[in-house]
Amino acid sequence: MPFDKVNVDTDQIVPKQFLKLIHKTGFGKFLFYNWRFDNNGKPISDFILNDPKYKNSKILITRDNFGCGSSREHAVWALKDYGFFVIIAPSFADIFYSNCFKNGLLPIKLEPKIVDDLIQTGTEIEVDLEAQKIKTQTKTTSFEIDDHRKQILLKGLDDIAMTLEYEDKISNYEKRVMTPSLL
Amino acid sequence: MSQTLFEKIWDSHVVVERDGGPSILYIDRHLVHEVTSPQAFEGLRLNKRKVRRPDLTIATMDHNVPTSDRSLPIIDQISELQIKTLEKNCKDFGIQLFDIKSPYQGIVHVIGPQLGITLPGTTIVCGDSHTSTHGAFGALAFGIGTSEVEHVLATQTIRMEKPKPFEINVVGKRKNQHAITAKDIILSIIRHIGTNGGTGTVIEYRGEAISDLTMEQRMTICNMSIEAGARAGLVAPDQKTFDYLKGRKFTPKNYDKLVSQWQETLYTDSNALFAKSFTIDVSNIAPQVSWGTNPAMVCDVTESVPFPEEYAKGNEDQRKAAEKALQYMNLKAGTQMTDIEINRVFIGSCTNSRIEDLIEASKVVKGNKVSSKVRAMVVPGSQMVKKQAEEMGLDKIFKNANFEWRESGCSMCLGMNPDILAPGERCASTSNRNFEGRQGTGGRTHLVSPVMAAAAAIKGHFVDVREMDLN
Repeated sequence: MPFDKVNVDTDQIVPKQFLKLIHKTGFGKFLFYNWRFDNNGKPISDFILNDPKYKNSKILITRDNFGCGSSREHAVWALKDYGFFVIIAPSFADIFYSNCFKNGLLPIKLEPKIVDDLIQTGTEIEVDLEAQKIKTQTKTTSFEIDDHRKQILLKGLDDIAMTLEYEDKISNYEKRVMTPSLL
Repeated sequence: MSQTLFEKIWDSHVVVERDGGPSILYIDRHLVHEVTSPQAFEGLRLNKRKVRRPDLTIATMDHNVPTSDRSLPIIDQISELQIKTLEKNCKDFGIQLFDIKSPYQGIVHVIGPQLGITLPGTTIVCGDSHTSTHGAFGALAFGIGTSEVEHVLATQTIRMEKPKPFEINVVGKRKNQHAITAKDIILSIIRHIGTNGGTGTVIEYRGEAISDLTMEQRMTICNMSIEAGARAGLVAPDQKTFDYLKGRKFTPKNYDKLVSQWQETLYTDSNALFAKSFTIDVSNIAPQVSWGTNPAMVCDVTESVPFPEEYAKGNEDQRKAAEKALQYMNLKAGTQMTDIEINRVFIGSCTNSRIEDLIEASKVVKGNKVSSKVRAMVVPGSQMVKKQAEEMGLDKIFKNANFEWRESGCSMCLGMNPDILAPGERCASTSNRNFEGRQGTGGRTHLVSPVMAAAAAIKGHFVDVREMDLN
């Protein structure tokens, strides 16, 4: 789905009125809510999420600085729950980028020119994370990703369990550096 | 090897180092609030995990709490459930909580420094992007997502790629210290470097104009680092920093010893290298007002709303964004900023709700009345700020002018509680984000300093606050 907007902030991805839920599920229906629905909750026909052509899109292609603003992970939960697996943009906001990997959403950074081509042509694309390749009918492009983060996505690893394997190092740090307590 | 302050703090907290990938960093202070934590505690329960260091974790409720009478029940049942959930989670996992009835309740980034939780040289995280505020004390403080909140609760560490150091030199002397505020400095910086100018970096604010600022003013600057895309912003601690934190509730007993250690280590070495550098001279800056829908869409109060082509300087994406912003804001290019009429004023948020902000705003308000066309409110950042303001009689100044004087919380900065803009309402706001719908669906936000907001409340439109007597 070509999403031709720059600086899309997390307030737009999930507006604040939906942040009060205490579980991670079911946020897809709130995705881009204020752009997607009118004041009566009816779909706005010229907004791309409401275009039947892109109904089953799994890849969102967008412009610079996607996910800026609030740290709300609800933005990633909403994109994922709606059905996106991959977001492609020239750049992402730092916290959003990091949140993606915790939820099985793959953010891919590509050159602005390549992103522009993908948005303009609106062509179908295929993403191969293992090989770090993006394929269109005419072209294959490589992308970069940190290996640790790649493995987390590919194997669905639990970050916390992996960190807890360093228990001895964490304990040693705590013995060496006495952080002032708040008790 | 010469190092920046940020690199020194980073290095001293590395538990496991990985080249080219995320390192594991120890976290000294974890601040928790009701909106971004429920799913993290749920994750701990599902995996039968404990909170590793409850003694380094503090919780409060700020985002969705009502700012009306605290003795009344909360009407919004979903908000109440979120609040009750935090109470239960803190009880179950042994975390200190400053709840809605506590004299220490307040916006997490206001109470941290007020209670001496924030300390120089520490790492501080919170599931809120404005955690960068604490950087004013020479701490490395940044916002994290909910999965990371869970990770910190379980391990007291975070996995993170090392950001790059970015220096922003703020030079010159402000001509009018009351009218040109820290808010104008930071808005001016974001206007120049853009909302992604700091992406992937930690900003260190340096220079005489930063040293000149009080601690609360430095907090306003660091607070909005995230609006420039930076992960964190910080200022090297000095005597003002050490004096501010002395004798507060959680200030460590061996404080004087810590201060001498900090004095020896917490500064950027003279020949340390920054990955990026930007200099701004504040001697001639004017009060700033945002006209668009992101915090870089800002101009001087003496200017007019820019034409999209002029703003975009040849960048097609930016031109489209500016056009869309003007449409959303219902503004015509070429309109003088001082001709823009407002209906609402909000003085509050983690950017500008501290005692000095309220003192400065009260000087504008004293002896005046809020315009009959405007509804204005003051939301102190914490119960402690509120109490202090009331002891100084500031509440009376605001109330006599027909401002609403509310209880503490995030309130209309993000409109998660009943304080929201109605569609089409236009607000002069001391908060940090002017995104579409941020303060209420269809609401229009103009970011300004507390004195500019107060002046707009009285006149009913933006005014150059330099024309008013602020002494």
